Amino acid sequence: MSRIRIIVNGETREVEEGQDILSACTHQGVEIPHFCWHDALGSVGACRLCAVRVHSGPEDAEGKIEMACMTPVADGQRIEVADAEAEEMRAHVIEWLMRSHPHDCAVCEEGGACHLQDMTVATGHRTRRYDGPKRTHRNQDLGPLLTHEMNRCIACYRCVRFYRHYAGGRDLDVMGAHDRVYFGRYEDGPLESPFAGNLAEVCPTGVFNDKGWSKDYARKWDMTATPSICSQCSVGCNIFAAERGGRLRRLQNRYNGEVNGHFLCDKGRFGALHLPDGARLSGPRVRGLDVSAQEAITAARTALERGAVAIGSPRATLETNFALRQLVGPDRFFAGLPDLEAQTVARMAGLLARHGAPSLAELERCDAALVLGEDLTGTAPRAALSLRQTARNASDALAAEKGVPKWLNNAAQVAGEGRKSPIALVTMLPDALDDVAAWSMRRAPEDIAAFGQAVAAAIRGERADAEATAIASALQAAERPAVLSGFGLARPEVVDAVAAIAEALGEKTRLYLFPPEVNSMGLALMQAQGLERAFEALEAGKAETALIAEADLFERADSLLVDRLFEAAKEVVVLDSYATRTTARASITIPCADWAEAAGTVVNHEGRAQRRFAAYPGAPAAAWRTLASLSDTLSGWATVDDVLAELGQALPHLAPARDAAPSVTFRTPLGKIARANWRFSGRTAHDQAGGIVRDAERADPDSALAFSMEGTHGAGAPPALRTGYDVPGLHSASAAPYLTDANGGHLQEGDPGISVLAGFQGPDAAPALPAMERGMRPVPLHDPFAGDEIGRRADYLAKRCPPAQVMLHPADAKRLHLKAGDLATVDGLHAEAEIVISDAMPEHHVGLSAGRVAPRSLSRIVKIGRQG
Amino acid sequence: MKGILDSIGRVGLKLFTKKYTQQYPEEKPDLPARYRARIVLTRDPDGQERCVACNLCAVACPVDCIDVQKGETEDGRWYPETFRINFARCIFCGYCEEACPTQAIQLTPDFETADYTRAGLIHDKADLLIAGQGKQEGYRYWSVAGKAIDGKDKGEAENEAAPVNLKDLTP
Repeated sequence: MSRIRIIVNGETREVEEGQDILSACTHQGVEIPHFCWHDALGSVGACRLCAVRVHSGPEDAEGKIEMACMTPVADGQRIEVADAEAEEMRAHVIEWLMRSHPHDCAVCEEGGACHLQDMTVATGHRTRRYDGPKRTHRNQDLGPLLTHEMNRCIACYRCVRFYRHYAGGRDLDVMGAHDRVYFGRYEDGPLESPFAGNLAEVCPTGVFNDKGWSKDYARKWDMTATPSICSQCSVGCNIFAAERGGRLRRLQNRYNGEVNGHFLCDKGRFGALHLPDGARLSGPRVRGLDVSAQEAITAARTALERGAVAIGSPRATLETNFALRQLVGPDRFFAGLPDLEAQTVARMAGLLARHGAPSLAELERCDAALVLGEDLTGTAPRAALSLRQTARNASDALAAEKGVPKWLNNAAQVAGEGRKSPIALVTMLPDALDDVAAWSMRRAPEDIAAFGQAVAAAIRGERADAEATAIASALQAAERPAVLSGFGLARPEVVDAVAAIAEALGEKTRLYLFPPEVNSMGLALMQAQGLERAFEALEAGKAETALIAEADLFERADSLLVDRLFEAAKEVVVLDSYATRTTARASITIPCADWAEAAGTVVNHEGRAQRRFAAYPGAPAAAWRTLASLSDTLSGWATVDDVLAELGQALPHLAPARDAAPSVTFRTPLGKIARANWRFSGRTAHDQAGGIVRDAERADPDSALAFSMEGTHGAGAPPALRTGYDVPGLHSASAAPYLTDANGGHLQEGDPGISVLAGFQGPDAAPALPAMERGMRPVPLHDPFAGDEIGRRADYLAKRCPPAQVMLHPADAKRLHLKAGDLATVDGLHAEAEIVISDAMPEHHVGLSAGRVAPRSLSRIVKIGRQG
Repeated sequence: MKGILDSIGRVGLKLFTKKYTQQYPEEKPDLPARYRARIVLTRDPDGQERCVACNLCAVACPVDCIDVQKGETEDGRWYPETFRINFARCIFCGYCEEACPTQAIQLTPDFETADYTRAGLIHDKADLLIAGQGKQEGYRYWSVAGKAIDGKDKGEAENEAAPVNLKDLTP
């Protein structure tokens, strides 16, 4: 692609060839009004709002009115956005669209952050001249996550284009004809796609909105926004955490060109907020008694003096895990995971350090992919959405051969003839991605690594079975083949098989390995061993106390092991934000900030360290702060910068984590960066005493962000600290493309996050799975709507999440005398799950919903029975 | 001398002109209805709360002294769960009334809003909500809004067509 010159509103601009006028202008920061165009969805020319006058060259004095989104840029083109005739046409389009728009803005959640509102205000339309009746529609019940208000629809088709073409959903469509088109499901019911929540942002008006936010509503201008990182999986999507009155009201996408682009999954968007009252740890307790914070600290210090092991968590930040490590020393710092998982993730980190760790944006550019063993939609949903785009590349390439550019969305789909990039799925159960896969292969968990090794052998030119050879040749033929796997099956040897494939394919491989949690990778990079080693240390009398931060051990490890660990420990000190099975067993509990309440750094699957910040003041202290107060040697830690500086000295490969975001002393010319909007209302309504709210109470020691409206707003801040897009006149998510360099491109100042993999040496091989006796082997089942130990309790997500399952093959069920629908027991203990019988389940295996029925990695046989 | 007598005479003449001073508080002033003083929340002709907690008054308020939290009733109406005005801060500019899309918030001529404590100047919804319609009679926001509530289905608002039959393929 070459650069060409176009003249926009009299100014010469250099843009990339081969795109439409609207995209080119938008990324240059020139606003052309639009509805149906979307950065990620391309152009369809449905709304007719982006009319501009286009002169083909200097000699074309008259020019003509064209749709900017449907017209390619050409060298020497002159574009007038403010042309009188074009402006008049746009005003008419708005007036037509508003003809049936309800008088709803006052009772519409979108109001104040509505693209339709922005465009209407911009054209000056205010009075409805047509006095005929308004067209109306009935709404549907779309389940617990989204609202539906069809009267507000302007028929831009963005929703179906996203839901069906981009996200592969089948149950939302456009129906009817003429001006009566209807966007909805064929019947009432929850939207099936785990990406449906994006409709709330994709819709330029208020048809679809976030139901939880609607119930606990505040206008966008009334909520502070804090840059944060989703806590629900290892992708680490960038989000805005919106808060008012000390409550998280809504999570929204924050554009990061390398990670999540414009979209989140529902687990991320609706998990980990709207938690029920009483879920939080109320206050510090020592041996069942409520005590003051100081008493709890003193008790914990005494417990630590008796010798302690510290147990970190993949849910906790680098800062908290490092504080634990410093408190007890590297030899006594362990991961709150089975050793199997800890070593497997370390192996993943080592492989990614060696072969390179590409981003999800790079995955969308790949031309072939192999998913080995991973239920990607269940474990890292956003990555599954990216893989769906990978699948479309062959179709786009065919269209391009015929001269149809990708951005011409509908035409490119027809010209692409439905051709799919070669994607191979090798999974245990039927997969949500089967519809985009060229090969959907089912294998028992034990056979998946062997199949991967066969593919690697075929790539090396050795003999292999027909399927492995076919997949191998597709990967070899590709310019950018992606190989994806993870810990979803809890089988370490799959990671080694992926390593063999990457080795055989050579440098062109794009390697993706998804560990289970938000900071799994960060914990692995701190080289901690698993819980078994912690138990041994306690058992051997090297320590008496177990100090645990932000981990429910029962969630991740075999309860037999955890029980033994708790018995071996004389004292159990737990810091956590929510009450869990582990806090219930602790002798000392100290509440700490949850994921949204404190600044901290987490490392995602690609080794990208990203910083999140406190969404509101007044929350309990971050876990690392309380931990630092347990030792005099850590008392010098005042901010996250201090912690990360010391982390960089102790573990040099993690040193870049300090630069994941600007330091706490960073200031713009206007000072700090404001979390609150200029129009934040009601600031003096609480002012009962007539005094001034002291700034000290609202100070944020761990960031350059202010809990007020004073300071820099929007794009004036560095990308990692942005609290909004803040494009003048645009208040919705549709403002994001004005800050990027191309459709689906990077933020103009660079995407946030920094890699911390360089220099990390992982183990040479994944650990061996212990041999199991004959019996029912557990396999974790994942669900895109099942959050982590905190996300599962989130009110709205919990309502959407299907019930937990214990899945058996019919032959096993018959042998064990179990019927579908029976309430299951696992090892004689009641599980809150029903027996599900499925042919898809391999024999002698039992699928257990991860976290809900059993921990995700359970390397021993289990006994399945029926309750009562 | 002449000058002094002249002044006394001129002042004395004022005894016979119309008196402008009013004996407040014994005499109450008669202020026009559009006078901007005590703020009230009104009800629609059915006696239902007009306020839908849209927050436009709060955002229009130049001193940010209005705080509103939206709630939703069983029948689908939006209403203010809390509606608080800090009269220690209010400057009676009337922007809230101008911004209100439902005619709910109105300024009235009752200017006697002083209090002995600052806390007494914080008026919550119970202090603000009156029984009547105030200055704007007959307006019912829910009759013109597109959102359905109990008793007003889709297509039943003013100037609305019956809901579309999706199976209809006529042009």
